[in-house]
Amino acid sequence: MAYNEMAAGPQFSFQNLPRRLLAPLPLPLLQPILSRVIRKTAENRPELFGRLGIHQNKTYLVDPTNMPFVFLLTPDSSQPRLRACRRGRHAPSYDARIAGTFLTLLNMIDGSLDGDALFFTRDLIVEGDTEAVVVLRNALDDLDGSIVDDLADQFGPLGRAAVSALRRIRRDS
Amino acid sequence: MIPQLTMGPIQYHWPAPQWKDFYMRIADEAPVDVVYIGEVICSKRAPFYEPLYEEVADYLKKAGKKVIFSTLAEVMIKHDRKMVSGMTALEDVLVEANDTSALYYLSGKPHTIGPFMNVYNEETLTFLTLNGAEHACFPTELPEASLSVLSRRANHLGITTEVQVYGRIPLALSARCYHARAHGRVKDNCQFVCENDADGMELKTLKGQPFLSVNGIATMSHTCLNLAQEIETLTGMGITHYRLSPHSHDMVKVSKLFRDLLSNKADPASVTEELKKIRPDIPFSNGFFHRTRGYEWLQQRESA
Amino acid sequence: MKQPSMQRPELVCPAGTPAALRTAVDAGADAVYCGFQNATNARNFPGLNFTPEEMKQGLAYAHERGAKVLLAANTFPPAGKFDLWKQAIDMAHGFGVDAIIVADIGVADYAHRTYPDQRLHLSVQAGASSPEAIKFYCRSFDIKRVVLPRILTVQEIKAVHNEIPCEIEAFIFGNIGMMAEGRCSLTNYATGISTNMDGVCSPAGDVHYDEDKDRNLTTRLGEFTIDCFSCGEKAGYPTICKGRYVTKDHKEPYYAFEEPISLNLTALLPELMKAGVTALKIEGRQRSKAYVEAVVSSFRETIDAYMNGEEPELNDLLALTEGNKQTEGAFKSKRWR
Repeated sequence: MAYNEMAAGPQFSFQNLPRRLLAPLPLPLLQPILSRVIRKTAENRPELFGRLGIHQNKTYLVDPTNMPFVFLLTPDSSQPRLRACRRGRHAPSYDARIAGTFLTLLNMIDGSLDGDALFFTRDLIVEGDTEAVVVLRNALDDLDGSIVDDLADQFGPLGRAAVSALRRIRRDS
Repeated sequence: MIPQLTMGPIQYHWPAPQWKDFYMRIADEAPVDVVYIGEVICSKRAPFYEPLYEEVADYLKKAGKKVIFSTLAEVMIKHDRKMVSGMTALEDVLVEANDTSALYYLSGKPHTIGPFMNVYNEETLTFLTLNGAEHACFPTELPEASLSVLSRRANHLGITTEVQVYGRIPLALSARCYHARAHGRVKDNCQFVCENDADGMELKTLKGQPFLSVNGIATMSHTCLNLAQEIETLTGMGITHYRLSPHSHDMVKVSKLFRDLLSNKADPASVTEELKKIRPDIPFSNGFFHRTRGYEWLQQRESA
Repeated sequence: MKQPSMQRPELVCPAGTPAALRTAVDAGADAVYCGFQNATNARNFPGLNFTPEEMKQGLAYAHERGAKVLLAANTFPPAGKFDLWKQAIDMAHGFGVDAIIVADIGVADYAHRTYPDQRLHLSVQAGASSPEAIKFYCRSFDIKRVVLPRILTVQEIKAVHNEIPCEIEAFIFGNIGMMAEGRCSLTNYATGISTNMDGVCSPAGDVHYDEDKDRNLTTRLGEFTIDCFSCGEKAGYPTICKGRYVTKDHKEPYYAFEEPISLNLTALLPELMKAGVTALKIEGRQRSKAYVEAVVSSFRETIDAYMNGEEPELNDLLALTEGNKQTEGAFKSKRWR
């Protein structure tokens, strides 16, 4: 079962793939992409924000622990923001931090892994405003279909290919 | 109605002679109007006290106290069920129901409702009154606003009301015995280890902070409820009875202090000062009443 | 004597969100249970539950596929706020839910008097743990089904079944709180938020996680440290009854109530079904659709196999359990107490 395999997460052999793929990508190039991603998501998935309620203006630090940078997310329906920061020197301020390997986070956002189970196995780390994290998790979980597929679609065939490659890694690992 | 002071049922497992002496002394010396007797926590403890019920009840009555028998709070196995059916079948005895199995037997007969019953709102109170309840002691977690609504409804229905004002707060019940568990045993072979802790077994957090106290299947607060400061508000809203929950320290002194308070012979601050001297190791709390964390102690500001 | 036969049980599944409801129905739930977005239900967690519109749509989705919807209105209205619970009952009845799950006597009385034909179930939150308690509710409010507390052995459930006039619903999987449901103020004591009145146990807003550089995870509820998991040690929910404490005799921290663990009765299903249990309930409205999908489809398969007289391969749901540990709890033996 996928659960058991993923629960063993840290031994995952392709673990560093995202880091290798993305490390050379300069942040100034990444930022416009992220801005587009969050804007499009807000347009396509307005229902997400209803469940977030008062937590829309919280700042989430999404921390894929095997990547060279972290993401800062403010899921405000009128002015959603998503930006990448290089890991290290200047720690950005945030309300809540959600950390795990890139695939763990992807799988949770995608609705294919249970957040509580990832927390029990210590594959998911939560810090700061726990309520904000729970709300975001619940809101994402209520989305039909895959938000990751939505994102991939925004980037056309190349995006879809990248996601199916990631899915293969997940399945084979 | 003159506010009535009551002595709730003993929550802990005291040796039978201590249990009996407690009630004898209450009869002789404590200025309380009503005394509750009966094992409410664990049916395994009951056989130690049951042979004493009649004698103790008679003695209390001769001393002018009204005696009410309290039923078990959590009823599950055959022995629990027998205790409830037995107590509710007693003739000429007023019974306090602490779970719905007691209500099964008491429906249509005059009885009282204990604090373990979930009477959170006026609709529940109305139903239970029509079912035969003539008095209700409300759950300890109810805040002032709800107590006030309940008290108004009770006055309208013509029944009397009670609130616990002193003693550790019962917070949870369980099918499992945590006293037995602490000693590597299970409920069936507990060997009555709960007798070692006359006021419960203190649980501290990993940081050494006192938090809860274990009393068999019940989990109680570490803090001691003290609503001395709130009595004026409670009498103002029409609550008629004030419950002291027994501890191993001087409950006669405690009842005298609350009696003075109810008769306006002492003020809340001095009563609290005196109470602190009786049991300095357990801090006070009144958070539930103020709709905040139950363990908190909100000190009333001195009125100018 | 005639061997007790196995009735086809109803599989009752959690739905914290509309998406989880659809997932549960698609995975083979016979019934789903859910609540409105307020204190009227016992999983009043932020971001969970249904708006009235979502409830209507969820009902339509379930009914089109032959599944029932049970509305949980299973908290205790504090005096002065009863109207919110009335509204929930009125709406649920108006929408045509298959049953309303109640715990409070006042709420049960209101529902029963106002809508005598509405099917009512007694929530586990009512804490009816004896035949007499159950019979009191049946007699007073014409309760059709009781959800039993998770404290009885299978033998005891069978005995209860023989004494009561209504159906039995029993939990088979998920989180087990250690305290009698509907009779626990521990959360309120530590956080000021009441499980009974507000519908939350260990509210997320009062939960704090701190992981140090060595990956030791400390969990706090309000001002109180509940547990500390060393690096790699499996964790549980930050609930008071699953925490580690010290006493005068236990200088080393120990699980005073219970360790992080979940209920899993897969292996006991045939016995439960023979004991006269009508409905089998999966806990977890706070969990994701991934959980719902995995657990519901697993139990669907197992139950169907048993009904066909087959010996099913027992599915492994350990990865979804608290602390990655599972137990048959009270159902197997009295020694659990």
